[in-house]
Amino acid sequence: MNVKIIVRGKAQGSLLVAKNPINFLGGIDKKSGLVHDKKHDLFGKSIGNKILVFPFGVGSSVGAYTIYSLKYNNCAPLAMICLKADLTTASGCAISNIPLVVAGKNDYDLLRENNQVTLDAIAGKIL
Amino acid sequence: MELTKEEEEALDGKQGETLALAYRTLVAIGEASNADRLIPIEWAHLSGVNYNTIGDAGKEFLSQLSKDARFKVKTTVNPMGFDFDSVSQYKLDDKFIENQRSIKNSYEKMGVIPSYSCIPYEIFDVPKQGTHVSFAESNAAIYANSFSGLKTNKEGAFSALASALTGKSPCSDLRDDDVRKPNLTIRMKVESRDELTYGMLGYFAGKVAGSSVALSGVNNLDKRSCKSLCAGMGTSGACGMFTFGEEEGEKIDFDKNEMQKIHDELNTSEKGDLITLGSPQLGIEEIGDLALMLKGRSFQKRCMIFCPRAIKGQMTDLGYTNEIKRAGGELLYDCCTCLSPLVDNKEVDSVVTNSVKGAYYLRTSNNVDVNLKSLKRIVEEETK
Repeated sequence: MNVKIIVRGKAQGSLLVAKNPINFLGGIDKKSGLVHDKKHDLFGKSIGNKILVFPFGVGSSVGAYTIYSLKYNNCAPLAMICLKADLTTASGCAISNIPLVVAGKNDYDLLRENNQVTLDAIAGKIL
Repeated sequence: MELTKEEEEALDGKQGETLALAYRTLVAIGEASNADRLIPIEWAHLSGVNYNTIGDAGKEFLSQLSKDARFKVKTTVNPMGFDFDSVSQYKLDDKFIENQRSIKNSYEKMGVIPSYSCIPYEIFDVPKQGTHVSFAESNAAIYANSFSGLKTNKEGAFSALASALTGKSPCSDLRDDDVRKPNLTIRMKVESRDELTYGMLGYFAGKVAGSSVALSGVNNLDKRSCKSLCAGMGTSGACGMFTFGEEEGEKIDFDKNEMQKIHDELNTSEKGDLITLGSPQLGIEEIGDLALMLKGRSFQKRCMIFCPRAIKGQMTDLGYTNEIKRAGGELLYDCCTCLSPLVDNKEVDSVVTNSVKGAYYLRTSNNVDVNLKSLKRIVEEETK
């Protein structure tokens, strides 16, 4: 499928799919990558070393630094695929050099938990 | 995105790595928000100052950056983790203090105005109507768009930083007048109103709205309610501005039931060990109100009150500082409720506050329970 590139790069790995938007500042533990917002559908799971699929980011803009911290602590996602790229996620990924793409609604709905994919965010494709 | 020749060159690193990083960030954000170009901005307000929020990664990043980076436009900053003047009275570990000092030094080296406040709109002169700014603090961005006549997106920490370094921002979203026009109206149906009701209205609106939302049935807001509305909205969603009055398009009611659902989500305790006032920080008007409400009364438990340092002199001159201290209030400058290490879950189980934003971050980041109630109720129930 074709995707829009926000931050260039390539990644290969399995998908972790969140139903709810993600508040990086309030909802994710920056040292472990664990989701610690009890109201979130990924509560208790780690977003590290996965290709993270989620609708968009919400909440305080400081969440961009949380993404940078995750990278610094080696527990960042390999790449992110969103339905809508919010500014916090885009800037956090840009500074952390994490590939970020936006998928169209129909393609996005085809992304399934644990699927192995190759994300080419230079050509703008997910294989 | 179309870039000028100079912008392309900066992006390619021809003006050094700092500007290349700044332009890479602006371009990623621009692509994300369908911007067609970069435009000049006059004022950047940065978030990501508290060591608790940016951690070692942020500290190191800023330390590296500050070696040769200098801000190009007026740049102000959000609160940090504590007040250097009173930090010795709190049991904070030296490492935290040292890390916070490093962050403070990095920003000051790059040329920031050391405001350490989340209410820049209250403590600085506001530029003329329609001026583009880049505000990363969510309540400040919403306030700037909705009350101050400025134009900003709800910037991220890095997009505002990139704007401070370049004097540019992607021209997208709320910088476009068509996007600023709301297509959803929320009808305020709750009759009895205070700053807490408006905070919950904001929290509700943030969850359901896109970039902009219209609020009908809302008028005569005092400063406390305005700020609470902006902060609540900034906490729950991506919405960056509101207008007053009904607009064409979809209408949703915010009634007692909806409000109760929000209250149930944020209020997790019927009492608290400690009171915090200020998220956003209290400005001079709110401090004056508070001093008046506290006349002849005293807090029955610790109460931390967060303000910008910019109003410290005025508060003292007007007698507010004395009145609040007499009532047992602890005044803290340069910091705020949200993610402050001064609220430690080893010492307190639950916190009383009137701030919807504070409630959200106290629960999710400080891991304490929250007793959420209006300032009027706090004064009635927690002072004698």
